[in-house]
Amino acid sequence: MLVQKHFESDRFIPDKKHDACGLFGVMNTKGEKFGGSMAINAIKNMKVRGSGLGGGFAIYGLYPEYKEYYALHIMYQNKNLDAKRRVEAFLKEHFYVVYDEEIPTNPDVALFFPPIVWRYYVAPQKKSEDQAIPDDEYVVTRVMYLNTNVDDAYVFSSGKDVGVFKGVGFPEEIADYFMLDKLYQGHIWTVHSRFPTNTPGWWGGAHPFNILDWTVVHNGEISSYGTNRRYLEMHNYYCTLHTDTEVLAYAVDLLMRRQSLPIEIVSKIFAPPMWDVIEKMNENDKELFTALRMTYAPLLMNGPFTVIIAHHNEMIGLTDRIRLRPITAGAKGDFVFLSSEEASIRAVCPDLEMAWTPPGGEPVVVRMNSQDHLLSVKNSI
Amino acid sequence: MNGMNVKFGYRDNFLGDIRPVDELIAQNTVIDGSKAVINANTLKHKEVNDVLREVVLRGASEITLNNVYGQRYIGTRLVLPRGHKPVKITINKFPGNDLGMFLKGHQIIVNGNAQDGVGNTMDDGEIIVYGRAGDVVAMSMRDGKVFVRDNVGYRAAIHMKQYKNKLPVLVVGGTAQDFLGEYMAGGIVMLLGLNLKAGEPHRANYIGTGMHGGVIYLRGTVEQHQLGKEVGVRELDDADRKIVSTYVKQYCEYFGGNAEEILKGSFIKLLPVSLRPYGKIYAY
Repeated sequence: MLVQKHFESDRFIPDKKHDACGLFGVMNTKGEKFGGSMAINAIKNMKVRGSGLGGGFAIYGLYPEYKEYYALHIMYQNKNLDAKRRVEAFLKEHFYVVYDEEIPTNPDVALFFPPIVWRYYVAPQKKSEDQAIPDDEYVVTRVMYLNTNVDDAYVFSSGKDVGVFKGVGFPEEIADYFMLDKLYQGHIWTVHSRFPTNTPGWWGGAHPFNILDWTVVHNGEISSYGTNRRYLEMHNYYCTLHTDTEVLAYAVDLLMRRQSLPIEIVSKIFAPPMWDVIEKMNENDKELFTALRMTYAPLLMNGPFTVIIAHHNEMIGLTDRIRLRPITAGAKGDFVFLSSEEASIRAVCPDLEMAWTPPGGEPVVVRMNSQDHLLSVKNSI
Repeated sequence: MNGMNVKFGYRDNFLGDIRPVDELIAQNTVIDGSKAVINANTLKHKEVNDVLREVVLRGASEITLNNVYGQRYIGTRLVLPRGHKPVKITINKFPGNDLGMFLKGHQIIVNGNAQDGVGNTMDDGEIIVYGRAGDVVAMSMRDGKVFVRDNVGYRAAIHMKQYKNKLPVLVVGGTAQDFLGEYMAGGIVMLLGLNLKAGEPHRANYIGTGMHGGVIYLRGTVEQHQLGKEVGVRELDDADRKIVSTYVKQYCEYFGGNAEEILKGSFIKLLPVSLRPYGKIYAY
């Protein structure tokens, strides 16, 4: 008689922990720069939310001496020097490279298969037919070309005066590896400890995701990934990093940079009100929200998520409309915090002045030289 | 590269490097007769619960946990030998998720805000939060009481249940966010709305969505569209008033306030209209 052999499922590997992601962001609304200790200690405090399969930081105000130039951080997987040669030939043809170096790393920190990570400060070198194209557009196209055409090479950071540092490991290990606390200062720090939901843990797949000076860190799972991705492909964004969050970074770039929509509107595209809520609105709002839902249906982000989106002058926290992932905001003086857990904010800022949790779908917008983040307090708990 | 698994990278991220409990007792704990003070600074969540259990077995019944920043599951696993009396645990200040998970008869007092999952599947006892609490408070709770002075987040009392003499109670002084009492199967939820202005409706929408047991008492204003399709609104009868008065008085004992004044407010009672709201969808 045939007896079905019992195979142990991958789902029950004993050490596999089903954790969540940990997110943390801190911004100084006066633009004063500070080191990484708050971000690193806060994410360390939420270690149980991570899995050691990915961690990363985005830092704004990072390269003041090169702030006129796009800082490209490029990783070469498998120590593929041929990819590096190809990328550098491409860069030479399309950009003026004013300076380049290997990103300094700490040799005492052992991580899983680290790639070669290099940074280039570049300015666009436009041919005559490219003159009409804005710089940002020019750079996005070239970044997309490199990510889709050169095997083993990934541009994972491409903004001015901003840098992403990420990899496979716990975020504090990544911080040690790139020596973030010793070498860098910035006015916004966002950080992520990652549990890869459906995706392999690899260096390019860690958060934050970046395009130009936009970065996104994300907790949750975007189940509308397929729809979002196809829509973005119509706008020349190609997803190459094998993970769902990438669509959010490109969607933010499309809506906020290219189409110049404010985040208050963008948040209602990602997390729109339910139809029965729209039904009860006044005529103006009803028209607006109906139009948004009709126009941008393919950019509705379905599934549970909390994101912290950042660019130079803003840091934004947003959850899905029924808040299936947590977020807490906090403030003390010029510092504003966004985090998955309140305790991690308290741990790095014991004299916090206020903490609040907005309802699902309502953004907390932290702006330079403004108190806009307090607008979300009214509806919060 | 610590703790690599066959599947690379699945690492034991918080149970590694757990220090022996004797070492922690010596370093972080002061036991004085029935009182014990634990310094939770740098302790991992498993270590906190190890130490907690050890001090209780050594005779402490009033325990203070200081410097708590986000340690999870505090009070779980504290199932004591037969005949052992429940203990009182005071937490300063910010416990992590799933505070008092599976709690068996003890009293936990939080002098600060609590996070998500307070009283998750709690079995018996009491949790008193001098602050606010996050999402899924009293999730699947089956007995005992949770008192929260301020607001609670999404999905409070989700799938709370009751059985024979097991009757869980959640009392919230402020308001709640959406999906209060979602899939609720039993127990009592009381939302007092003390921090709302006169006439200001509660924050929660979809109250009692999927509810099929238990009761929600709401003080203050709520619009019809805020209620889920599975609940009906009723007036309070004498038995209800007695229940409400009992818990409001207890709330005021802990947090202050005038029980008489609070009880003068307008209350409604929300009951499920069906014991099997999805019976027609899933049963065939």
